[in-house]
Amino acid sequence: MYLTDREKEMLDGKDGEAVRMAMSILADIGDAVEAQEMTEIIHVHTDSGFYLGDAGLEFVEHLAELEGQVSVPTTMNNTSFDLERGISYGVSQDLFDKIKRIEKAHLKMGAIPTWTCAPHQDGIVPRFGSHVPWSESNAIAFVNSVIGARTNRTGDLIDICSALTGRYPKFGLYLDENRKAEVLIKCENLAENILTDPSFYPLLGYLAGHKAGNKVIAIEGIPKTVSVDSLKGLGAAGASSGSVALFHVIGVTPEAHTRVMCLKEQSPRDAIVVTPEMIKAMEEKLWTTAEERIDWVGFGCPHFSFSEFEEPAGLIQGQQVHKSVEVTVFTSRNIHTWIKQLGILKILKDAGIKIFTDGCLLLYPQKMSHTGTMMTNSGKGGQLHLFSSRAEGRLWQYQRLRGFGHRGKDYTQRFSMAKVIK
Amino acid sequence: MTTHQPISFWGGVDSEKGIINDPRHELFGESIVGKVLAFPYGKGSTGTSMVVLELVRAKKAPAALVQIEVDPLLVSGPIICKHFYNETIPVVTVRHKDFPLLKTGLQAVVDGTKGEIVLSG
Repeated sequence: MYLTDREKEMLDGKDGEAVRMAMSILADIGDAVEAQEMTEIIHVHTDSGFYLGDAGLEFVEHLAELEGQVSVPTTMNNTSFDLERGISYGVSQDLFDKIKRIEKAHLKMGAIPTWTCAPHQDGIVPRFGSHVPWSESNAIAFVNSVIGARTNRTGDLIDICSALTGRYPKFGLYLDENRKAEVLIKCENLAENILTDPSFYPLLGYLAGHKAGNKVIAIEGIPKTVSVDSLKGLGAAGASSGSVALFHVIGVTPEAHTRVMCLKEQSPRDAIVVTPEMIKAMEEKLWTTAEERIDWVGFGCPHFSFSEFEEPAGLIQGQQVHKSVEVTVFTSRNIHTWIKQLGILKILKDAGIKIFTDGCLLLYPQKMSHTGTMMTNSGKGGQLHLFSSRAEGRLWQYQRLRGFGHRGKDYTQRFSMAKVIK
Repeated sequence: MTTHQPISFWGGVDSEKGIINDPRHELFGESIVGKVLAFPYGKGSTGTSMVVLELVRAKKAPAALVQIEVDPLLVSGPIICKHFYNETIPVVTVRHKDFPLLKTGLQAVVDGTKGEIVLSG
């Protein structure tokens, strides 16, 4: 691939050994995918702080020891703990120590300790059209689709290489021609009560991921009043049932003012017309238990936004979660500060709800030593629990996990909350 | 070792043991250690690169990866390995129509530089 003189200097080690290694890796990736050139980037959201084994830890410590420094603002994805308050929720001291080492290495390199999978909710929003290698599948879908900044599905550790160099090979979704939708999903036949139901959007995302795989999709018929949280939930579910990295919502998202703007072919042959039955079928797929009893209600996958906190606080005020049920919510440090200042945190804590920052709903049941049923409003959480729990050798099984709460009722979160109140 | 199903390394492969641990995968329970692993394409998380790197560190990595499509997430792991652990896992692509030639149990010699697979047995 073509490298500028500046990029060649980095490759030759003029900026130090860390930058040399990072640029060597990026140049090899560029060659593998036949990229023509590097692109200059303005922000990175890195998942290199996520512990998936000692190799990742060794790599980031190595870069930090070599005096690597991020060259653009670099936010950090969530981890497996509530690091800020040292709450490990039962995960081993050994792992906690390793994550502290990862944290130290990233802070030394100048990364921002956001520890959230939804950095946009902290107000970190790159501008439209800018090039931003992001990791974390739900955040990738969000920033590409809702903000219109550009990223591929950046690999963990590649993201930190980009942060050190300020470069990423220009291919995939960085190029105009790859951002047009090949799959059209039509929602205009759905009734208003479905389109205004927040639980619809993760199910739509789940459906879209199944149908589209890794293709760019366009969705038609969504009201302009759709919330940012709903779009977040849609993207998160689509990025985990498929590999959706970019979805256009016609009339809503910035690269899709009209159909013409965002479709590759103006009349895709196999447009998908969504029916209530299709959404119901997705719900059934996620509903994997016949148990009526609920052991655990998990919110915050992706991390709860400020606005998502308001409704449960209003519903549960003055009541108590049943003692047999665990209710957990995951969010970012910033949002935790805001809900604390506004008294929302106290209401939820008094009700017996546990609020964590930094960590991840998907990794929480490491604490649990029994099987059980879970309820979540997350299309992503409903799918991925199998993996994380099995990886930790725990007994949570997919068959026992419960996806969505409402089963014909009209509002997932309200029902979920109602079920756990004594 | 060939599968016609995509593989998700994050969550779908046990990086300590080098075993496919996704119960919905046809290779569930099979070891990929030292194998030339052929699958149409990768799927799943951006953590793929870290899992491949961990397989190398734990000496449980496949000998080579063969795919139909170049998957930037999947090549990332072997590329970091090359620069960080100084170990090579060739990643090569084959045409869709040639993929059925790759059958589990054949011997395969993979040359990543030439982009060549020689099958025998």
